Amino acid sequence: MTLDPNTFLAIVAMAAATVLTRIAGLVLIRFVAIGPQQKRALEAIPPAVLMAVIAPTALVTGPAETLATLATAFAAMRLPLLAAVAIGVFVVAVARVLIGM
Amino acid sequence: MAPLIVAVIPIGLVFGAVAASKGLSSLEATLMSILVFAGGSQFVAMDIWTHPAPWGALAFSALLVNIRHVLMSASIGTKMPAFSGPAKYAAMLLLADEIWAMAEVRAGKTRLTPAWYAGLAVPFYCVWVLASLAGAAAGAFLGDPKAIGLDFAFPAVFTVLVMGFWKGRETGAVLAASAAAAVLAHQLLPGVWYIAAGAAAGVAATLVTSRRQEACA
Repeated sequence: MTLDPNTFLAIVAMAAATVLTRIAGLVLIRFVAIGPQQKRALEAIPPAVLMAVIAPTALVTGPAETLATLATAFAAMRLPLLAAVAIGVFVVAVARVLIGM
Repeated sequence: MAPLIVAVIPIGLVFGAVAASKGLSSLEATLMSILVFAGGSQFVAMDIWTHPAPWGALAFSALLVNIRHVLMSASIGTKMPAFSGPAKYAAMLLLADEIWAMAEVRAGKTRLTPAWYAGLAVPFYCVWVLASLAGAAAGAFLGDPKAIGLDFAFPAVFTVLVMGFWKGRETGAVLAASAAAAVLAHQLLPGVWYIAAGAAAGVAATLVTSRRQEACA
């Protein structure tokens, strides 16, 4: 149980940056009017960001990851979150063994 | 919301284990989960972690990975009329991707209340911190998380959440634009610019398609 001063500083700096991003949106909407166009843009952000986060893993990491992402997406249409995630984890583990990473 | 809280356990365990493998103590790994509480940026930090910790680079990467929170809090902030001013800011401190996505889905169906939000966010936060601690403590014993596919738990959760936002062809355009831009940026640029690129492309796509619809109407 050690706490390195440099590590502590890094953690606090990361935390400050994160808090800033979390409250900046609230401050923003107090000063900027949200019209229909802005609303449409805001509504597109959730799926766009999530897609951007997974796209490199899903598309260019390897066949095992691509296959597992497809399996997860397909499972998500029928099954609850945890079951779909479990299927994704299972498929990626099996596919890595079969395809060889 | 129970599945969401259960799903965060393996991700927290993996984070703790990865942090331990990078030489962070259990205290340091847990403290990061307590104070930063943003899985994506914590994983990215582990990717670029060196000793001594480059705090400026780590803070900047956290800012970039989490810049999406600006838009997320702006979006969910407009759907919180039932929250007092301070409650709104307190809620934002616990804004994580999964909590935000669930809250957006909830706000689309019914009124978002502080009690519902706290009932989701507080247990989620506690489980994240405890799982990080357990993962860091187990660290060496867990072996390689990749061998059992646990590293995929994180992308898998996001995949399921993306599917929840499907509203038809317009969503398809957003997703295609975001994926193309993200992959391109990921291949060409270092760091985490791909997240910003995908978000920008997705928003651009929705503005183009909506303008085209207006022109036809």
